[in-house]
Amino acid sequence: MEVNELSFEPNDRYNAFLTVCKKAPYGKGKLSGMAIAVKDNISTKGIETTCASKILKGYVPPYDAHVVELLRHAGAAIVGKTNMDEFGMGTTTENSAFGPTLNPCDTGRVPGGSSGGSAAAVAGNMVKMALGTDTGGSIRCPAAFCGIVGLKPTYGRVSRYGLIAYANSLEQIGPMGRTVNDVSTLMQVIAGKDRHDSTTYDRPYSHTPVADVKGLKIGIPEEYFGEGVDPKVAGVVKTAIIRLKELGATTVSCSIPSMKFALAAYYVTCTCEASSNLARFDGVRYGPAADTKKSWHEAYREVRKAGFGPEVRRRIMLGTFALSSGYYGKYYTKAQVARENVKADFARIFSEVDLIAGPTMPTIAFKLKEKSDPLSMYLSDILTVPANLAGIPAISVPCGKVNGMPVGLQIMGRPFEDERVIDAAYAYEQAVK
Amino acid sequence: MMAEDQVIVGLEVHCQLDTKSKLFCGCSTDYRSDGPNTHVCPVCLGLPGAMPVLNKRSIEYAMKVAKALNCTVLQESEFSRKNYFYPDLDKAYQITQYDKPLAEGGYLEIESDEGGERRIRLTRIHVEEDPGRLVHMGNAERGKYSLVDYNRAGIPLIEIVSEPDMRSPKEARKFLNKLRATLEYLNVFDSDKEGSLRVDANISIKGNERVEVKNITSYKGVEKALTYEVTRQKNQIRRGQRIERETRHFIESTGITQSSRSKEQEHDYRYFPEPDLRPLQVQSWVEGIVLPELPDARRERFVLQYGCSLNHARTLTGELKLANFFEGVVAADPKGLSTLAATWIADTLIGELNFRSMNLDRVDAAGFTELIGILKQGIITDKSGIEVLRVMLDQRLKNEPTETPTVIVSLLNLAKNSGDTGAITAAITEAINENPKALEDYYAGKGGALNFLVGQVMKKTRGKADPGELNRMLIEALKKKEA
Amino acid sequence: MVTEKDVEHIAELADIGINSGELVTFTHQFNAILDYFDVLDQVKGDTTVTRDLTNIMREDIVEPSLPRDEVLKNAPAQEDGFIKAPRVM
Repeated sequence: MEVNELSFEPNDRYNAFLTVCKKAPYGKGKLSGMAIAVKDNISTKGIETTCASKILKGYVPPYDAHVVELLRHAGAAIVGKTNMDEFGMGTTTENSAFGPTLNPCDTGRVPGGSSGGSAAAVAGNMVKMALGTDTGGSIRCPAAFCGIVGLKPTYGRVSRYGLIAYANSLEQIGPMGRTVNDVSTLMQVIAGKDRHDSTTYDRPYSHTPVADVKGLKIGIPEEYFGEGVDPKVAGVVKTAIIRLKELGATTVSCSIPSMKFALAAYYVTCTCEASSNLARFDGVRYGPAADTKKSWHEAYREVRKAGFGPEVRRRIMLGTFALSSGYYGKYYTKAQVARENVKADFARIFSEVDLIAGPTMPTIAFKLKEKSDPLSMYLSDILTVPANLAGIPAISVPCGKVNGMPVGLQIMGRPFEDERVIDAAYAYEQAVK
Repeated sequence: MMAEDQVIVGLEVHCQLDTKSKLFCGCSTDYRSDGPNTHVCPVCLGLPGAMPVLNKRSIEYAMKVAKALNCTVLQESEFSRKNYFYPDLDKAYQITQYDKPLAEGGYLEIESDEGGERRIRLTRIHVEEDPGRLVHMGNAERGKYSLVDYNRAGIPLIEIVSEPDMRSPKEARKFLNKLRATLEYLNVFDSDKEGSLRVDANISIKGNERVEVKNITSYKGVEKALTYEVTRQKNQIRRGQRIERETRHFIESTGITQSSRSKEQEHDYRYFPEPDLRPLQVQSWVEGIVLPELPDARRERFVLQYGCSLNHARTLTGELKLANFFEGVVAADPKGLSTLAATWIADTLIGELNFRSMNLDRVDAAGFTELIGILKQGIITDKSGIEVLRVMLDQRLKNEPTETPTVIVSLLNLAKNSGDTGAITAAITEAINENPKALEDYYAGKGGALNFLVGQVMKKTRGKADPGELNRMLIEALKKKEA
Repeated sequence: MVTEKDVEHIAELADIGINSGELVTFTHQFNAILDYFDVLDQVKGDTTVTRDLTNIMREDIVEPSLPRDEVLKNAPAQEDGFIKAPRVM
């Protein structure tokens, strides 16, 4: 096989990259020679993969994530690993052990998170496309804050094999790019069944975007324009929706009553899963050394205290508590029932509409260090987590600005109708170009 | 036995399923002769990002067991994570089954202490992964540490949980032996592999708290550990002390159990469904599972087809290899050989093997079959037969060149002199002349005298004389002498 | 309402070291978050139904394991092919 090398030495003013591959090999294929950045929670054989955590500093995976294998097969040049909130836990990329990423639109603001490095690398023109991961909005939020396009695919459409798990039942790897077309191209490469991921479906994606929303019915949930949503952001998004109507779509207002439980269900589920996923980081098989002269609990506690940042430890402990004896029924079980309610609400709405649209984030990008209280940070995920709870596809496409900062229009679709979501975003993007 | 003294035992038996690859990855399960950490991959090493994919054969094997043990395979089952920290546990959780196991209910029949059948009920059967293996290193002065080998991590296990239906350590051993035989007959388990079976036992004296005994790794260990516990608990009760509900570890080398006294933390395993695996709905597969002949059926067949005694049949079918060995030996002439072969295998061979700690696999089946043939033809006596068998086994044990029974008979000059009665006649004459007192007793009608004289003649012929023939000739000689 | 003692116990269960300063902050934050989670008390029912995708399995086929140097490469300490770990006795 012919192997070439791409020189890649970006002027990374935003701290978007944790690892840069100055000589990135690439082959033939659909993405031949194209520079692609990969979020640092996706395993890359021979390239350090840290999840932006001290506990994985120096860890070099001996295997490629399935999506990375697919990228290599398509000829892409993997040029680096991007910064993120540690293990994906955050909405700003400030929770990185290696310093925050800055928003290319305003370096005094956060790029959003947790895929902030990937978003900044794309928005800062360092790469054309990047892979992010989305557990509760981690692709869509930074896409909205940085003014790019990001798709969270239907759950099960893209293999998670090699994605360092934060919350398995919620997260998906997805494409980020400056245009809907780029996002669609990357989706063509990464989607499909993987025998190493038992939760994938045999639903490859071979679609080319079509700018057409004629005759489509779009649901506008009242909860997406209610309390907590910045009226200016809401205004910009409403204007975008009017644009979609002008393109031939019809809109109908709807309601998602289970939104009331969504955020709590989300945080219970993701912290429970995380508490178990992150238990393996004990300094024995990888990461900083555990003191083998001590007893195991003692040694592990030291390693995990020094290796995990405060937000990660907070979430591990929350999840541990929620799963512990006497609380499982109150938290985990109820969260799963709430999830079913969210799914049922979406199913009901989607029996009458083709798409649902609203803002991606309730506000524009925060200023650095603006959000210091964990709960108020969690609350900003309210508009993105429903799609993760329901497993449905959701895209964020730039739709204007507030105070000079980008705003994202979020479009959600029925399960496995990523194509329709892409088409609607493409129609809007082409119309406002 | 007084009711208040009643022993109550329940077992949790973990058996490695004999699949080719591990439960959740393609690593080979054939690791025992290889170095540490040579059979591991991202999945069973718990590398970040790796995901489990369920081995279909392990579920098929577990379902075979479930069907054979009369369990109900549940309409839906799923895998859960059991979370705890230990260096042999690569992911810090074990993928196992919790509130939705593969199968529930069922039973296993064992022979009761009184000789009848006893039905031991089962609670459940579930599938789970084995953790790695720890080696404890260092010492108190220079510091202790552990070494981990993850080759065993991910080997498929089934855990079979019984109801507390056993009433003695002996019954527990019988349960385990029967279970092992059943698993072997199903061809899903290899009991010869080291560590392929591990047992935790719950034991109590009626009306008292129960104690869990962990770390029993051999068949014999179960009876030993439980016998120790029965004595310990009864003594404690006799002294008026309460039995603490606790976990104890069995120390194989000393045969005692020891309190774990682990104050580290109470176990709170925080089970929740494994999100990377999908649920199982395999109940409909049960119908299609064809079971082989199982120990009970084979035992009955041995009685009917070969005329074995119930005890012989039970012994012979108690181990798959033994049953196969028997059927191999008698294959050429089932009618003619089966009674003789059953006795020689069940009563003689097993004893000789146990005495040498030898495995049946090492016995030369063709040679043994030849020996049975020689015995059947009456060429040698039973006593000589045992001598020949011992030579055969010792040659194998010492890895010496082996000889056939025919060669051994001729080398040791063991053939009966039935054609040439001269040697026996001579021995009889000698014995009569040397023992006038016995002769007197015989003519006086004392019963023991004849046996004594037979013994004397036997001694002189070094056991080669056929006892029946010898008897006949001796009586004739005595008659002649009297006349 | 969780106490500092509860949080300490959870930290032990999770094998996470925390110092006393953090304990106060964590407890405070925990209570705020758990208060918010209480909304789940209003959710009716306690069972979920199984989603599609069932019986996802692979055939029992042996595939190559990792070369041992790859296995040990990331381990901070090793000895004779084993991975070194803290004591358990």
